[in-house]
Amino acid sequence: MALAEPGPLALPSGGPSDGFNPLGVLSRPVAPKAAWRKWLFTVDHKKIGIMYGAAAMFFFMIGGSEALLIRAQLWAPRGKLLSAELYNQVFTMHGTTMVFLVVMPIGAAFANYLMPLQIGARDVAFPRINAFSFWCFLGGALFLNSSWFFGGGADGGWFMYAPNSGVLFSPGHGIDFWNLALIITGIASLTGAVNLIVTVLNMRCPGMSLMRMPIFTWMTLVTQFLLLFAIPVLTAAQFLLMFDRLFRANFFNVKLGGNPLLWEHLFWVFGHPEVYLMILPAFGLVSEMLPVFSRKPIFGYPFIVFSGVAIGFMGWGVWAHHMFVSGIGPISVTTFALTTMFIAVPTGVKILNWTATMWGGKLTFTTPMLFSIGLVTMFTIGGLSGVTHSVAPADTQQTDTYYIVAHFHYVLFGGAFLGFMGGLYFYWPKLFGHMLNESLGKANFWLMLLGFNLTFGPMHILGLQGMSRRIYTYDAGYGFEIWNKIATIGAFTLASSVALFLFNVFYSRVKAKNLPNPGPDPWDARTIEWMIPSPVPEYNYDPVPTVTRVDDFWYRKYAETPDHRLVRVHTLEEVAQPGGATDVHLPSPSYWPIVAAFSLPIIAYGLIFTLWLCLVGGIILVTALFGWALEPPDAPGGDHGDHQGPDDESSAEGPAPDADADADAGATSDVAPDGAATEDEREVETVG
Amino acid sequence: MADAAVVDHDEVAPHAHIEHDTNTGISNTKLAMWLFLASECLLFGGLITTYLLYKTPLTIEQGPAPKQVYDIPFTSVSSFVLLMSSLTMVLAVAAIERGDHHRVRTWLAGTALLGSIFIAGQVYEFTVFKSEGMGYTTSRSSSAFYTLTGFHGVHVTVGIIMLISVLLLSLRGKIPEHRSETVETVGLYWHFVDVVWIVIFAVVYLIP
Repeated sequence: MALAEPGPLALPSGGPSDGFNPLGVLSRPVAPKAAWRKWLFTVDHKKIGIMYGAAAMFFFMIGGSEALLIRAQLWAPRGKLLSAELYNQVFTMHGTTMVFLVVMPIGAAFANYLMPLQIGARDVAFPRINAFSFWCFLGGALFLNSSWFFGGGADGGWFMYAPNSGVLFSPGHGIDFWNLALIITGIASLTGAVNLIVTVLNMRCPGMSLMRMPIFTWMTLVTQFLLLFAIPVLTAAQFLLMFDRLFRANFFNVKLGGNPLLWEHLFWVFGHPEVYLMILPAFGLVSEMLPVFSRKPIFGYPFIVFSGVAIGFMGWGVWAHHMFVSGIGPISVTTFALTTMFIAVPTGVKILNWTATMWGGKLTFTTPMLFSIGLVTMFTIGGLSGVTHSVAPADTQQTDTYYIVAHFHYVLFGGAFLGFMGGLYFYWPKLFGHMLNESLGKANFWLMLLGFNLTFGPMHILGLQGMSRRIYTYDAGYGFEIWNKIATIGAFTLASSVALFLFNVFYSRVKAKNLPNPGPDPWDARTIEWMIPSPVPEYNYDPVPTVTRVDDFWYRKYAETPDHRLVRVHTLEEVAQPGGATDVHLPSPSYWPIVAAFSLPIIAYGLIFTLWLCLVGGIILVTALFGWALEPPDAPGGDHGDHQGPDDESSAEGPAPDADADADAGATSDVAPDGAATEDEREVETVG
Repeated sequence: MADAAVVDHDEVAPHAHIEHDTNTGISNTKLAMWLFLASECLLFGGLITTYLLYKTPLTIEQGPAPKQVYDIPFTSVSSFVLLMSSLTMVLAVAAIERGDHHRVRTWLAGTALLGSIFIAGQVYEFTVFKSEGMGYTTSRSSSAFYTLTGFHGVHVTVGIIMLISVLLLSLRGKIPEHRSETVETVGLYWHFVDVVWIVIFAVVYLIP
């Protein structure tokens, strides 16, 4: 694939006029008319980000339904709703779905949509690889869930410990589906990671040094590095499992000396960085929202950044705390107990920074702010229960109990997901050009907070009382009944809060038809993505801005007096970009990413059912890769003669003071003015 | 866009790469390849770890250990062939940067040929091992051995396909000097595969 990207390679594919089409199959989708085609073949990072988010919400519904099944089964002792067998499948698929198909893709959604905006780029480094990543993720996700129609889901837990995952103990195809699906989504994550890292490192706008990047971009960078190094370890482990299950290799065959600890180590070497790469994007979002609604800069920018980087490094040294009861020996246990205590430090630094950001600020309790505070508090609870795991003797008691379930839901739901919800409310106007309803949003937050604590709070107690995870039922008389009932009520409260969110989405969309556009900067925010129109024009920035400091956009609007008071120096109209450019050079859409991505599930079905399908899928894949490699990144007719490339520093000296008139016209009309107007504006901007 | 970049930044990019001038000074494609290779290190790391854990069968009855069936002189020769292919790869990159298209094609073809000889040697070796009683499913160490070396073999094969593709493009005149980086990027991958083989050869064959 690396072969594919650089410059126009030569053979023009597509376009009605040219005579030669390298593989003769698909001509390039130049400016497709139909809306669905625009989405299917798009390489626009914003559309891809939205598709990531939508797909993640869809799988959140599926994973949430599985959670409700679990809670309904545990409502009363000796529940009859699910059999033990089905229960195993449901909790396995719930965990896998929530981790790989919900939290990770929502992180990817924000990273895709926001990160290029925050660094002032027009797209990611490899737009087609970006599309490939998404379709690959979606293909793998659908493939995983198709296992329900082929004899049932995987039943080994999301960690899929050997030898329980062998054919001997799980003869169905569920684990094969799990295994191959996660290899496919792993490819998606890996290509995405390469793409986004290159984008952050290489495509920042003028002046955007690393230490001027918004925190979310920093956290994205750390997250993608974690993915880059964590995913291949899981992939290696999954290949071993695949060869064991499908080709009778002996990696986890205990009879021939297969060592189950090998899987545990490989899995958790991946698995612990995994939890940090799930939480860090949410940390980034909160670090964007808290300063906006406290009207203060983030407290200790370098500390936030370097604590994130430190988490990224230290996350590699704590994996065996998942394995304290697996007999790894006292020295290993001590070592990993200590590292686990240490890793609480950079996380604590972040909590301190967020608290100090709010301290003394002019707080406004909007919905995003509420969710952000929700993250800080709930994550603190989850973080503290996490540190208790570093006390190895106590952890030995807590292992495989509901205490663990409570802990990781407090960090992943109370941490990551609340952050993402806040991010959705915060960035919704930027994404779709209208706000989400605030009253409904606040109700959504309080209902979610209540439901969340009702669901997972009691699990601490259940765990300490000794109720085991992953057991499909429990007996009466152990004191489990009342807490399980509360948790089940909480789970349905949580579900209704999600329903309220979806209602809000549709309600606000309908209401927005009668409301004016919220403008580029509805929250009076700080980072440069708020200087462009909402929704974001396809080309992001024109001209590409030049950044001079952290929170550059804020200091275009405000200045500080000598006694540290803020004074407004420019109105929004003066500093915002009007949008409406028509001559910006953009990457062209392509068929090949989606074709290449969907060949992978075909190969995976082939591996499970009949190898002939592998041949079919393989041929499609090879064709797609060659078609891709021979297709220039930009269609021959797609060159619009960009006068203001990212390199053109003369044009990017910041806002032109005398651009008001044009800016007004552009911002209020909200549709692309004709080419002449754009030319005028360009003149003005260039002079400025 | 490309033109503007080239004109403005001639000093920065002497080979006049198509890419925009980037923040790091490394082109997107090359940086992406480096990152991908970094990631590959952990894939091979996992497989090498697995091999080290399983290098002997649990008991003597479970078939021969890999080190009992090795023919080290034979594998040394094929390793030498693979290492020499790195040399021809370097010569190919040097040739394209000079603009010597004839030599580029020669060296690319030579690299692909040496890689193919290595793969042929591996296939031969595998069939011999199989006939000596070490099949893929024989023992934990045979599974680990074939998986590790097989993964490497697949990587070499993908590299050969990339080399041949670049060669065909070059023959059709589609790789001018300013696109020399395509050859260089393929070269990065190729060298990585060679370096991994040095590690595998040392760990699997040489260390007792």
